[in-house]
Amino acid sequence: MIAELGHYALMLALGLALIQGSMPIVGARNNDPVLMSIATPTALAQFAFVAMAFGALAICYVMSDFSVLNVYENSNSAMPLIYRLASVWGNHEGSMMLWVFILALFGALVAGFGNNLPARLKANALAVQAWIAAAFELFILTTSNPFLRITDAPFEGRDLNPVLQDPGLAFHPPLLYLGYVGFSIAFSFAIAALLEGRIDAAWARWVRPWVLGAWMCLTLGIAGGSYWAYYELGWGGFWFWDPVENASLMPWLAGTALLHSAAVMEKRGALKVWTILLAIFAFSLSLIGTFLVRSGVLTSVHAFAVDPRRGIFILAILVAFIGGALALYAWRAPLLKQGGLFAPISREGALVINNLFLTCACATVFVGTLYPLALEALTGEKISVGPPFFNLTFGPLFLPLLLTMPFGPLLGWKRGDLLGATQRLFAAAMLAAVAIAAGFALQHGGPVLAPFGVGLAIFVMAGALIDLAERTMFLRIPLGAASRRALGLPRSTWGSAFAHFGMGVTLMGIVAVTAWGSERIAALKPGGTVDIAHYRLTFDGLFNRSGPNYRDVVGHFTVRRSSGDLLGAMEPSRRTFPARNMATTEAALMTRGVSQLYLSLGDPNPDGSVPVRLYFKPQVLMIWLGALIMFIGGALSLSDRRLRVGAPRPTRARPALQAAE
Amino acid sequence: MTRKRRRLVLIGGGIGVLAVAVALMLNAFRDSIVFFNSPSDVAAKHIAPGTRIRLGGLVKAGSLVRGDDLKIRFDVTDGNREMAVAYQGMLPDLFREGQGVVAEGTLDASGTFDADTILAKHDETYMPKEVADALKKSGHWQDDYAQRAAMPVGGGGK
Repeated sequence: MIAELGHYALMLALGLALIQGSMPIVGARNNDPVLMSIATPTALAQFAFVAMAFGALAICYVMSDFSVLNVYENSNSAMPLIYRLASVWGNHEGSMMLWVFILALFGALVAGFGNNLPARLKANALAVQAWIAAAFELFILTTSNPFLRITDAPFEGRDLNPVLQDPGLAFHPPLLYLGYVGFSIAFSFAIAALLEGRIDAAWARWVRPWVLGAWMCLTLGIAGGSYWAYYELGWGGFWFWDPVENASLMPWLAGTALLHSAAVMEKRGALKVWTILLAIFAFSLSLIGTFLVRSGVLTSVHAFAVDPRRGIFILAILVAFIGGALALYAWRAPLLKQGGLFAPISREGALVINNLFLTCACATVFVGTLYPLALEALTGEKISVGPPFFNLTFGPLFLPLLLTMPFGPLLGWKRGDLLGATQRLFAAAMLAAVAIAAGFALQHGGPVLAPFGVGLAIFVMAGALIDLAERTMFLRIPLGAASRRALGLPRSTWGSAFAHFGMGVTLMGIVAVTAWGSERIAALKPGGTVDIAHYRLTFDGLFNRSGPNYRDVVGHFTVRRSSGDLLGAMEPSRRTFPARNMATTEAALMTRGVSQLYLSLGDPNPDGSVPVRLYFKPQVLMIWLGALIMFIGGALSLSDRRLRVGAPRPTRARPALQAAE
Repeated sequence: MTRKRRRLVLIGGGIGVLAVAVALMLNAFRDSIVFFNSPSDVAAKHIAPGTRIRLGGLVKAGSLVRGDDLKIRFDVTDGNREMAVAYQGMLPDLFREGQGVVAEGTLDASGTFDADTILAKHDETYMPKEVADALKKSGHWQDDYAQRAAMPVGGGGK
């Protein structure tokens, strides 16, 4: 009954989406306020019905209703509640439901909180949002129905893929989808602006909070996925340049560019046409990501079930929306009034550099990800494009971006003072130089580039701090006055400083773990030891342990410093899931500051020894800590009064301060 | 600076960075792409020792030999030809005899494949797509695999 209710609610949502997608547009064209005003209630109602459908599916999972095929295939009554709930999106059908749920949620948020939007823009944007929703609701109803029943209800479910049975499943997909789908708002607003043929700086102010929110979630989602892969897959890598990872990185890069170009548009009225194009790109790349991951063209842990009809349907959605949006852009963009130009050395100029490098870096990821697919489709030749390709293309393009990053906030709008900015960054450069020298002095035989990487990370971090110090006149005026200035700074200034600082932190982690991480592989018998960095691990033996739906063979290891001090125990295990007859490796992690020891077990050898793989990962936690700092930066910026209050704020003269970003 | 010159700087800079990106990509495509081959392909293409490739096929039943220090040797077969593979390290969770495998590494002078990476799989019913295609090509595809490949429960390599 509940499943059928969910199915029916989803059909009603589709019907509402069709109304929401057509009437308001007609209204906007004919200047009919009644037709335009249909958008808001239908968007709210559509969300209510999608939420009902999603809730129905969730109830089926929580109650372990195995007469529903989707639940039978992906759940098991022995699983803990949180996994039963997270299994809702741990499969193809359910994850598409989550997609649509978040899409409808965003539509409802625009409808509910967009009271200050011009009626026509709101009507058009909600209509475009409804087209996207309708396409995906139709996709679910025709090819991926999660509410199908089985006539003979089985007694027990087939369990969730063990690799997915992890707290990560509860956070990573929803955050990622909040990011992907959040960009749909920017897309809808861009299409609405093109339909109307009119755009102004206020457009950027309405769109920026949505882009910022989406970007924050995507940042955290990608970082969460990276950490999950790091501890779950048992080989301790944080990024593999795998197509499914690239699929999430591309919208992030485009979204970061969009965030910065929207700032230029909002402040200076320039780059309008470019910002519209980036808004289209950011969501198009999200759609491409969904296609790559969900269509089955890539075999991966993310591709749940391969059904050619689904791939073709998503491809059709992709072509219709991206092709349609770009065609509309080509047709209507020339109508939009061009913004002003600006001097190359200025805040705007710096943000253009940011955009150039981000989009080009995004393009290299795009080519590296899709070229193998295109080549195989055209010639049948199978190739893999792995880390070496991206290190040779993405790396060199990101380097100048990071080098110029600290300059941007120090340059003024319209006309910047490059010499002044350089002087102010002198301290950061000195710190970086000291770090490089120290790196060379301390490292024995590590990569030559590593100290420079550390230097760059220090430069980026110090640059962000100098930006704050300059604005608060830290150390130049009494501390009390400086802290009052700090409180008076716009939150968005704090936000960008945090985000830039976080980027430096992440870079530091990546450089350190790549250059100075070490690995040991050994076959140990009880009593055997293995040394790594300045730690010594002793293998004490294996024991068995059982969990709710799995059995563990656990290895017990005592960790000591090389000097002999006891630090604690590590217990990696081999986990067997009887429902699927499948084993996973559960690595053990020991955190020392921001560094980690990482230990995983292999299958015991016939002679009784156990293969172990041990890594020392220096500064590894900084990678994800940096992403968290970026997220906090985004949150600070989002809480800025200017973004919450839609109306333009009267500009006050601020003598000693540059206009804050 | 005139309006025209400012626009030129903007467009010139854009084209410059794009050109650099394209040059980087072309350069990287020349050096860092790894081709997938089955043992038959390796024989047919006369792949030179030292070239980095991916080798895919089935782990031949009964060929797995474990040595000291986690050294292992096994044969990869596509039904027509087979090839000896040497690897040192831990095997992925679902490495089994008779199952599909993809290894990345180089051929040495004696014709043994030195693998430095054995790709992990995450599902017992998973058959790497490349391996499935190679088996179909060599005519040793069994419907059993086809059935499994048509309805994978979970997914494959990360």
